[in-house]
Amino acid sequence: MKVTVTVNNAEYVRDVEPRLLLIHLLRDELGLTGSHWGCDTSNCGACVVWLDETPVKSCTVLAVMADGRRVMTVEGLGSRAGLDPVQQGFTQCHGLQCGFCTPGMMLTARWLLDHNPDPSAAEVREAISGQICRCTGYENIVRAVLWAAKNGGTG
Amino acid sequence: MQVPAQVEYEKATSIEHALTLLARYGSAARVLAGGHSLIPMMKLRLAQPEVLIDINGITDLCYINLTGAQLRIGTLTRHAQLLQSQIVGEHFAILHDAERVIADPIVRNWGTVGGSLCQADPSEDLSAAFAAMKGTMVIHGPDGSREVSAREFHTGPYETVVGPAEMLTEINLPIRPGGGSGYQKVSRRTGDWPVGAAGAAVWLSGDTIADAGIGLTAVGAIHFAAAEAEEYLRGRAATQETLATAGEIAAKSCRPVTDQRGPADYKRHLARELTTRALRLAVTRARGQAA
Repeated sequence: MKVTVTVNNAEYVRDVEPRLLLIHLLRDELGLTGSHWGCDTSNCGACVVWLDETPVKSCTVLAVMADGRRVMTVEGLGSRAGLDPVQQGFTQCHGLQCGFCTPGMMLTARWLLDHNPDPSAAEVREAISGQICRCTGYENIVRAVLWAAKNGGTG
Repeated sequence: MQVPAQVEYEKATSIEHALTLLARYGSAARVLAGGHSLIPMMKLRLAQPEVLIDINGITDLCYINLTGAQLRIGTLTRHAQLLQSQIVGEHFAILHDAERVIADPIVRNWGTVGGSLCQADPSEDLSAAFAAMKGTMVIHGPDGSREVSAREFHTGPYETVVGPAEMLTEINLPIRPGGGSGYQKVSRRTGDWPVGAAGAAVWLSGDTIADAGIGLTAVGAIHFAAAEAEEYLRGRAATQETLATAGEIAAKSCRPVTDQRGPADYKRHLARELTTRALRLAVTRARGQAA
């Protein structure tokens, strides 16, 4: 089936099987390997991307469901010339260890700060509660998001 | 690597179009809403539809409306929208209590109210909440629409009264005077199903309980409800003792089973304690006090 998806402001047209998951379209068909494929059971959140206006777990969305919609992955967050404040926060506060959960964490953090520019630590924890850092580096992830809120505004 | 089996895909553009597709494919088809229950089931081959009918494009099914003394919730309403709705919070605190602990914030962005109800998992939170509120489900089919009470909607684990050529389109909740509600859940961690959970609604006349609704999930309650406990409460004063007794009756009426989330006797304990707590919360809110 032919799908047209706008990923990070670029339009892609691909012929896909209806059973193809969005995470595999992004990684295998479009070569956008920043989004990670983790638990495959919508528990870990490594695969979080934005679908239109909201973060979703792309291992539990079919690529055909994204037809005609917009997707934002970590590749669309900031640029080499200017990192998003959330990305700056993760570097400043050592918010990543092995890095596997990082893309999903940052996309959720961006969404949180867009809707709540001055969150409490508890609100940050709630926002990322559906995502797992297997290095258990949550303290620094929370600090990184709070750093972005303090220093970056809405990006 | 978990991927669904091969499947055909149709994108419905209206309720009528979805019904036409359902009539064409019958029981070989499944309606695809958020997909956050169905797609994991398909990965595990616990569900193997031949055709998916995607209703995500039918934005007419995504709404929360207050019409007279009825709250109408479209089947495609996302969990996050229910949680963000001020109208819902004002009239049905039970739904906000429940939504805060359903899955996780990211899953709630795409998972839908109707999808959760039609999945009919025996541990589903909203099924208990709507049973407590004594809601009504609107089902559309080839011959028009019909209404079914929340307590007749589920016919067993993973089974509902929705026929192969039908689809759930709306949930109605009556707004009645003197009402208050609450939801209490124990789960092992964020995103997990409950070990046990209870929802309660009371409608007070002065300090007397004019009517009550108790919903239970994950503890083997018939129709997600505790009818005997409700009957006990009707006409009694809303005292701590009365609410505690109702909790005991609710615990006796359910049939929890031992599984990886806990032993049956612990779940029965939860049914009693959480029913009592949810009732206390509901009464406090019905009296207009801060919970």
